[in-house]
Amino acid sequence: MQYLAPKTCAEAVAALAACDGDARLLAGGTDLLVRLQADMIEPDLLVDIKHIDTCQSIEEGPDGFVIGAAVASAELGEHASLTQAWPGVVEGMGLVGSTQVQGRATLTGNLCNASPAADSVPALVASGAVANVIGPHGKRQVDIIDIPTGPGRTSLAKDEMIESFSFPARGPRSADAYLRFIPRTEMDIAVVGVGVNLSLDENGTCTDARVAIGAVGPTVMLVPAAAQALIGSQVDAAALQAVQTACSDAASPISDKRGTAEFRKHTVGVIARRAAAIAHQRAQAAE
Amino acid sequence: MSSTHVSTKINGQAVEYVCPNDASLLEVLRDQLGMTGTKEGCGSGDCGACSVTVDGRLVCSCLVLGVEAQGRAVETIEGMANKNQLHKLQEKFLEKAALQCGICTPGVLIAARSLLEKNPDPTEQEVRYWIAGNLCRCTGYDKIVRAILESAKELREEAA
Amino acid sequence: MSEYQAREFKVLGQRLKRPDGFDKVTGRARYGADVEAAGMLHGRILRSPHAHARIVSIDTSAAEALNGVKAVITRADFPQAAKGYEDIQDNCMAGERALYDGHAVAAVAATSKRIAKQALKLIKVEYEVLPHVTGVEQAIAPGAPIVQPGKVSKRVPEGFSDNVVRYTSFGHGDVEAGFAKADAVIEREYRTEASHQGYIEPHACLATLDEDGRGDLWVCTQGHYFIRDMSCAVLGLESANLRVTASEIGGGFGGKTTVFVEPVALALAKKSGHAVKLVMTREEVLRATGPTVSTYMQVKLGLNKDGIITAAYARLFYQAGAYKQGTADFGAMPAFAPYELENVHTEGLDVITNRPRTASYRAPGAPTACYAAESAIDEACLELGLDPLEVRLKNAAKEGTKSSYGPTYQDHGLIQCLEAVKDTEHWNAPLAANQGRGLAAGFWFNFGGETSVSVFLNTDGSVTVTEANPDIGGSRASISMMVAEEFGINYEQVRTTVTDTGSMGQNEPTHGSRVTFAVGMAAIKASREIKADIQQRLAKMWDVSADQVIWQDGKAHCTDNSKGIEPMSLPEIGAIANNTGGPIGAHHGANMEGAGVAFGVHICDTEVDPETGFVSVKRYTAIQDAGKMIQPDYVEGQLQGGAVQGIGWALNEEYVYGDDGRLQNPGFLDYRIPVASDMPMIDTVIVEVPNPGHPFGVRGVGETPIVPPLAAVGNAVSRATNVRLRHLPMSPPRVLAAIQSA
Repeated sequence: MQYLAPKTCAEAVAALAACDGDARLLAGGTDLLVRLQADMIEPDLLVDIKHIDTCQSIEEGPDGFVIGAAVASAELGEHASLTQAWPGVVEGMGLVGSTQVQGRATLTGNLCNASPAADSVPALVASGAVANVIGPHGKRQVDIIDIPTGPGRTSLAKDEMIESFSFPARGPRSADAYLRFIPRTEMDIAVVGVGVNLSLDENGTCTDARVAIGAVGPTVMLVPAAAQALIGSQVDAAALQAVQTACSDAASPISDKRGTAEFRKHTVGVIARRAAAIAHQRAQAAE
Repeated sequence: MSSTHVSTKINGQAVEYVCPNDASLLEVLRDQLGMTGTKEGCGSGDCGACSVTVDGRLVCSCLVLGVEAQGRAVETIEGMANKNQLHKLQEKFLEKAALQCGICTPGVLIAARSLLEKNPDPTEQEVRYWIAGNLCRCTGYDKIVRAILESAKELREEAA
Repeated sequence: MSEYQAREFKVLGQRLKRPDGFDKVTGRARYGADVEAAGMLHGRILRSPHAHARIVSIDTSAAEALNGVKAVITRADFPQAAKGYEDIQDNCMAGERALYDGHAVAAVAATSKRIAKQALKLIKVEYEVLPHVTGVEQAIAPGAPIVQPGKVSKRVPEGFSDNVVRYTSFGHGDVEAGFAKADAVIEREYRTEASHQGYIEPHACLATLDEDGRGDLWVCTQGHYFIRDMSCAVLGLESANLRVTASEIGGGFGGKTTVFVEPVALALAKKSGHAVKLVMTREEVLRATGPTVSTYMQVKLGLNKDGIITAAYARLFYQAGAYKQGTADFGAMPAFAPYELENVHTEGLDVITNRPRTASYRAPGAPTACYAAESAIDEACLELGLDPLEVRLKNAAKEGTKSSYGPTYQDHGLIQCLEAVKDTEHWNAPLAANQGRGLAAGFWFNFGGETSVSVFLNTDGSVTVTEANPDIGGSRASISMMVAEEFGINYEQVRTTVTDTGSMGQNEPTHGSRVTFAVGMAAIKASREIKADIQQRLAKMWDVSADQVIWQDGKAHCTDNSKGIEPMSLPEIGAIANNTGGPIGAHHGANMEGAGVAFGVHICDTEVDPETGFVSVKRYTAIQDAGKMIQPDYVEGQLQGGAVQGIGWALNEEYVYGDDGRLQNPGFLDYRIPVASDMPMIDTVIVEVPNPGHPFGVRGVGETPIVPPLAAVGNAVSRATNVRLRHLPMSPPRVLAAIQSA
């Protein structure tokens, strides 16, 4: 296995394109190394993107935040204004693995590992962020929801990489939240996970909302009915109940070692309701 | 090239090694450098026994490649005591019987030091969540958490 | 005969630092995987992907041809095992059939880990897949696939499949008459899933074995004599020729009392002519070692309105893995052990399945049985509106009670433990919404067994203790403390070392809560022999009779004041040993009898999220009779650690099998042991009712703490939800389903 640590995305992409065999990108490595050591993958080339400047930074501009692909989760949590603007995204990523894993794991890796249960993805999808993708033919922006196409599969070409994520500018009275259900308090993969992102007007009426659910289908999905239940409401008990029902209805989970289908279908609604209430509280506080 | 020459710093000392590209930092530490204080409990980042810091950041060394240590500073349990002068946490773990079999102890100590460097006055909850990735099967965590909280208190008092 | 003599203790009861602590906090301690040898090879094992399959053929030629591969072995490389060791050998390396997912079928030794791994992929095994069964209830049903034909013992009742291989029964009185007298009869079924010991250190060893059958083995184990004897029995070696050294051990909990990789490493070493290191992966640990039983248990309990248990009956089916075991005995015996019962009957049935051969796990068999019994008692209390503590006090076994498994109890501290519950702030604290409080008692026999210890007085008066029981939780400190107490010297003047099988006689492993009791007692006896020897020597020197030489405050005194002899300290005595008869030392080797039983009572508060079934443990108190505490920190540590293991078993730890008979969760990600943030502090209350069988009153404390938690947590969750949970673990899907179906 060859190991490269290029300094630019162009070099990284060129290396991917030039590799005849199995080439992999290394960001935090917390999924990749597990699979490498378990012999689930035997790559011919590893391209470490942690030496690329544009992948390493968190930029805050008038158009919103841009988060580099190799930024570790712990760095997100340590970034005060990012945490204030996107608490749900930060807490979603912050739930991935242990403190030790937090020191390495990245949004990009969590997204491109393409697990339906990835903790950062529901909040990312709900946020409306886009991935800045670089390939041999230039850059393109891809909606987060379009990156994973199924368990372990993404829409990225073999010679493409994510350089960063761009988040929309944050208006007033807007906030997000991510909640998941796990059997322990830490160290588990989400049995269900829900990201909610919403905005309120001056009267407290919800003007915009996105609700995304994870671990209840092959990929994270948006639940438009849940968003509709919030938009136009005061995010009162009735609206929250409607979110719960909409999310349970939208879920099409499987039974596995982490939970039964019935359990997931029920619990995703409960968790969605609670996540929406948290996002609402935060939005009210975010005057 | 399936191996790479790496120049790094371990516990403050310059170290060079050639390692297979797919070797974890843990494998390099234990098998190549003979630094067996860092333990392997799972090889998948689920137990924390192999905790080290890289550039001051707490990580599982089983989830870091040996080649990634190039140009970095790695700290392991072997560097925690200053010669025979134990770190406060090490002392406290002994005094408070915060270990039974001791296999998780190096990882817990490295994780705890990393916590106290960031947060000198953690709550019990903060301690428990910080070390949630350090599995201990012997103690039920009680004496570990107490030892960390007491170390923090004494370190604060000493700093004051 | 009572060994116990009441006295004031000077060293015992102090919170002293363990001698191995410095090495363990600095990373210097050497565990199983921490050693190397010159020219060492790396071993690796190929495992069956099938739950049950006939091994049609194994072609190792491509693996053998790989550069760097020095040996490949299969069962064909093993001799016929000694009688009684056939199953152990078959479990280490499958013969005609692979009996479970993860069963070893071949192994390689190569010059690097990478080559060894690659070589495994080149071994071609042709399997004929056979029908399998992994569930206990499926396995006992007539018509189930038979795991191993011809294993059924004579006493097994009719009506089951041939997977029910063993039957035992205990009790006294007439349970039917007892039920007839009851005001309420509770008849229930309980189920528990298999858990794993979950030690953080995977099995590891380093082996050499020459052509002439002489070898050395470095291994992480609870008992290197067991490892030696089993390895020799399955490899046709003489025990004297295999020297086994126990490394520091990274947890065992019963799971490291038998062989898994050791005979394989030795066979590879012999075939390759090199030292071979073999370290399991975590996945191998979970697929092929440990686990404990899964169970299906029927309980019938009669109570009258006054809370007296009129009769108790239990029938326990224990899933033992692919080989015949006797764990059900250790469930049937202690199920009702905390109670004085007129009428009691328990039956234990061992069931084999296509799962890994079960290994001991801390009080093996007892936690599940006590879960069933203590849950049924709680259900009866709720039905009759009785207080669960009062009912347990009313029925509690005392000194002189005939136990549910036969013997009559000597003095023990169950009643003191139950009384202590009343005095805790915990028992009297209010509960919030969705919270419930559970109470449960538990019991373990404790064990003594074969023990060998040598004690030497050095010329400077310090004392060397050589024993051979791997120290898992501070036993070197405890033994040193007892010897210091006996000689009246300081703890720092005694050093206890765990030695290898070539340097000491036979020892049972560190199991059965035996080491502090048995090794401690043997060390005390050896110390007493030394004192008697010194008395003889000094009597001769002082020209008095031996009974005129007495021990006081660490010195030998002459009671004949007319002689004007100054008392002599140990350093003074050690210094002149050369002139009084030579080296001073004593060996004590015996079966240590008199391990006192240990009772414990636990209180647990849980809060249940009624919408998700999530259970959090809010508060926990473990109370136990320790006889006499040597080092209180270590006693508390045993209670806390055992309680949390039990909580894990009760809440989220579970072997999950797919329809294909393969283990679905062989990793710490999905085999969910408690993490620090799951737990509250674990409060402890230690009761001290001296064990009549030990000079200082010591009782083993290691195993009892895992017995009550399953029921304590179960009772707490059931009371929090007002729904009785009868299937462990109470993972959120199970709890939610129970709440929803109520």
